[in-house]
Formats: sequence, structure tokens, C-alpha cells
Amino acid sequence: MKNEARWQQSSLLGELDVARLRRDFPILERSVHDLPLVYLDNAATSQKPRSVIECEAQYYAGFNANVHRGAHRLSEEATAAFEAARDTVRDFIHARQREEIVFVRGATEAINLVATSYGQRLAPGDEILVTEMEHHSNIVPWQLLCQRSGAVLRVAPIDDYGQVMLSTYERLLGPRTRIVAFTHLSNALGTINPVRQMTELAHAHGAVVLVDGAQAVPHLHVDVQALDCDFYVFSGHKLYGPTGIGVLYGKAVLLAAMPPYQGGGDMIRQVSFAGTSYNELPYKFEAGTPHVAGAIALAAAIDYLGRVGVDAVAAHERALLDYATERARATPGLRIVGTARQKACILSFVLEGIHAHDVGTILDSEGIAVRSGHHCAMPTMERFGVPATVRASFALYNTHDDVDALFAGLNKVRQVFR
Amino acid sequence: MSALRDLYQEVIVDHGRRPRNFGRMAQATRRAEGYNPLCGDRLTLYLRLADDVIVEASFEGAGCAISTASASLMTEALKGMTAAQAEILFTNFHAMLTGNGTAPVPLGKLETLAGVREFPARVKCATLAWHTLHAALHGADEPVSTE
Repeated sequence: MKNEARWQQSSLLGELDVARLRRDFPILERSVHDLPLVYLDNAATSQKPRSVIECEAQYYAGFNANVHRGAHRLSEEATAAFEAARDTVRDFIHARQREEIVFVRGATEAINLVATSYGQRLAPGDEILVTEMEHHSNIVPWQLLCQRSGAVLRVAPIDDYGQVMLSTYERLLGPRTRIVAFTHLSNALGTINPVRQMTELAHAHGAVVLVDGAQAVPHLHVDVQALDCDFYVFSGHKLYGPTGIGVLYGKAVLLAAMPPYQGGGDMIRQVSFAGTSYNELPYKFEAGTPHVAGAIALAAAIDYLGRVGVDAVAAHERALLDYATERARATPGLRIVGTARQKACILSFVLEGIHAHDVGTILDSEGIAVRSGHHCAMPTMERFGVPATVRASFALYNTHDDVDALFAGLNKVRQVFR
Repeated sequence: MSALRDLYQEVIVDHGRRPRNFGRMAQATRRAEGYNPLCGDRLTLYLRLADDVIVEASFEGAGCAISTASASLMTEALKGMTAAQAEILFTNFHAMLTGNGTAPVPLGKLETLAGVREFPARVKCATLAWHTLHAALHGADEPVSTE
């Protein structure tokens, strides 16, 4: 009764018609172990609406062709759709120009691109600063860059709530800091970082800033010009789009000065054995045939999210997180990992005396999909003294019923381990 | 549901919660580290061999109920076995978990882990201690000092 009242209350706030939206996602109709699927692993990857699935199929069925080559009708159509997708992404993150949008495989490749290309200007003794809450993909490319360049990796610590300790962060910035890289929204803790403030501090020391937006873009309104970061990266598949497509945003002035990442077709202006000149932005960084279907379907995903409304989604997920957090606090033996003041869509926790993997297996037997493990953030786990956590992460199609199912599942876990 | 009950039998939950032979062994003659990078489970296995017979086995580390129980039950089963017998036991145990065994070999108390077969993602948990055993017996690590 109590839950029902709460659900009505949040409906009254006039947000999402979730029941209707759920029908847009075909996978939500399936069952797992003969039980309805409760999908709470959205931080790993989100499910896809029909419009995205159909968009990809329509490209292959209707106008599949290579882009930027060939003066034939199909190629023109494919090129137009591919470039329109770039415009959609530009609008989505409010970049100044379309040339600043580079299509890549995902956030990971985008970070590697910057580390490899921009990283070429680093010298021994230069410093790269990351935070203690980074995903491995925002740690390892910088470690590799340090090995190549002789630069030094510094780490800004986080407090017991899972927030960057800003005073220490500021102290770690210095005249040798060249690159600062941090997440917008932590995948392991749910913390939202004060990107604008951290960027300002980094810029005051002459460093460039890369923001890992893989978790943020499905949940937060992102304006890269307002944030003033130099690079912003994200993947399509956490944003209701396909796997294998992602975006590197970079300020044009920086991208223009950076050497190519990969060589191949499309990224050149002229090739001869005497020397090769490179194409203009963004094509300089898009060697080879791009993931055309992925880019077009990513735009469809962004359109979908736009129709639903990012702000309405954020409010809905906020209500879910608040409800789940309240229930978690009322659960004996449960410890929430990550209790930052600014949080979104992620509830990471451990149960006393029960390992996260066992929780994950038992929840799965109830049809509930969560992530259990280190979330590719081993240093973060170490910071909190846990080998692994259980992570429930929300998307626009999740409901209070899903949260109730999670906690009913946790009761089941208790029974097994009684 | 019954698959889940088979997985988390009382013996497993008990050994997961109160593992036997848990702790460092000062007199170990072999030691090996086991680590599952996918899930972060980590254990150190200690063996004391005398004339090729495992006279004592213990382990320490952190892992899920399945990996902890498997390590616990393994250390119990190893005592008194020769290295060769232990290797054969590993082969038979692995066959039980993956269902690749031709004719199932009786494995005593270790059979309580047979339920893992229905959970392919958890086979790695159940075999971590055993792979570590293999490393220890093959001297992948330096024998630990008894000082």
C-alpha cells in the first residue's frame, strides 16, 4: 500500500508514462527463468527501443552503402544519414560545431584516441591527473601513455561518501599537469562530479580536461560548452543505442592540432609515397569505413531520449533512486557504497557476510539482472575495502515495482544464506 | 529454483561462511596465489608435502560462497593424497562441473558442488582453488620459506 501511494505520488508529479514507454522496448516483454525480466543493469548497457532496432535494420534493408565515396544514390543517402547523425550528436551535447564530433567505437576508444594522439606532446615529468573513482578505461590508457612518455599519473582521492576531495584535487594540480581526466558520473558509485568547477581549476593550471560521460549522457543534461571541458566521451550502448558506436567530442582548436590516431581510408586528403596529407576534421580521426548503421541508430536513440525528455527521465530516475536508497537504508546488514550528495541512477551496495556474486546469482534466479563485481573500477573497490559490490542501475523504463522486486529478491538471498 | 537450492546446499553455505583449514600455514612447503580477475576473487593456497604426500593444506583469501566452499572442501579432500592423486581428483572434479566426464567418478563430499554445473558463469568460482592447487603442485611459485 505504502509503495502504491508513493508511485501514485510520483505519477502526480507529471513525469513519465512508464507503462507506455516500456512497450517501446521489446526485450522487456521476455521472461527469465519463467519470471518477468527485471532489468537493473543499465549502467552496463541499456536496452534498446524499437525505433533504434528498426533504424539499424532500415539502413541495411534500404540504403546500405559506404559513406563519403561513390557518386551513386545509395552512397549519397547513407552519407546524408551518417552526417545527419553527427548533427544530432552535436545538438545533443551542445557542441559548437559539427567538426568537433568524432565517431569512434565507444568511450574507451575515445579515451585511447586522446591518450595516443594528444598524448604525443607529453614529456617526461609531465603529469596526468585522474580520480580514485575512475573506470579502468579512464585509468589504463593514461598508464600506457605514462609508460610511453615518461609522464607521471597522479590520483585525486575520494572521501567516504565517494566524492572527489576538491581541496586535495586542487593541490594535485600543478605546473606540470597536462591532462586531467575524470568521470562525469561514476559507474561504481553513482557520484556526479562537479565537472565545471573541476574543469575551471584544471584550466587555471593550464591542463586540458577529458570528461568520461559514458554513464552521464543517458541521465543528465550535458552541455559541453557550459562545462567547458576540452574532451567529452561517451558510448552509444548505454544511451539506448547500439554497441560499437561512440563519440569523442573535442574542442576544434585542440583536435585540429592533434596528429591522427589511426591511418587508413577517409582520413586522408592525398596519399603518395613521398608523403600524405590528412583530411579535415572530423574525418582526420575517422580512418576506415565507419560504423554507419551504429551512428544512424545512435541518432535514433538520441531522438528517442529527446522525445521522452532528458529532464523528465532524470526526475523519474531520481525518484527511483531515492526510493531504492530509502529501502536499502531500512535493510539490515546492507551497506550502500557511494553516498555522495550529488548522485544519479546507481545503487551500489554490499550485504554483510554475503558475497556480491552469490547475491547476483540468486537475484538472477528471480529474473532480476544486476551487476555484481568490481565494475571495472578496482581502485574504487579498494578505496571502500570491498572486493565487489552489487549494483542496481536504473533507466527510464524502470519502475517502483522493479525496486520492490529487487528487495524481495534480497530477502530471498537472506533465506538462502540463513 | 531447485537448481538454486542445489547450488547453495547447506554444506556449501556452511563452508562458505566457516571455511575449514582457513589461514596461513607457517610450515608450508608449497604456496600459490589464485586470482580471478573477472570477479576479484583471490586466494593463497598453502601445502605441506612430505615424501610427495600432502600432509596439510590450508588457504586464505576472499571470495564468494562457491569459491570459498570449494577451497575449503578441497583442502579437506587433499590430506593424505599424493600429488598425482590430487591432480586426478582435479580432473574428475572439473569433469563433474562441466559435465564432460564420461562415467562420473564418486567424489564424496565434493559432489555437493555438482550443482555449479547449472550455472556456467560460476564454474570459474568453483575451480579457482583447484587451478591454484595445480600451480602449487607444479611449483609455479617458489616454495615458501619456512622461516
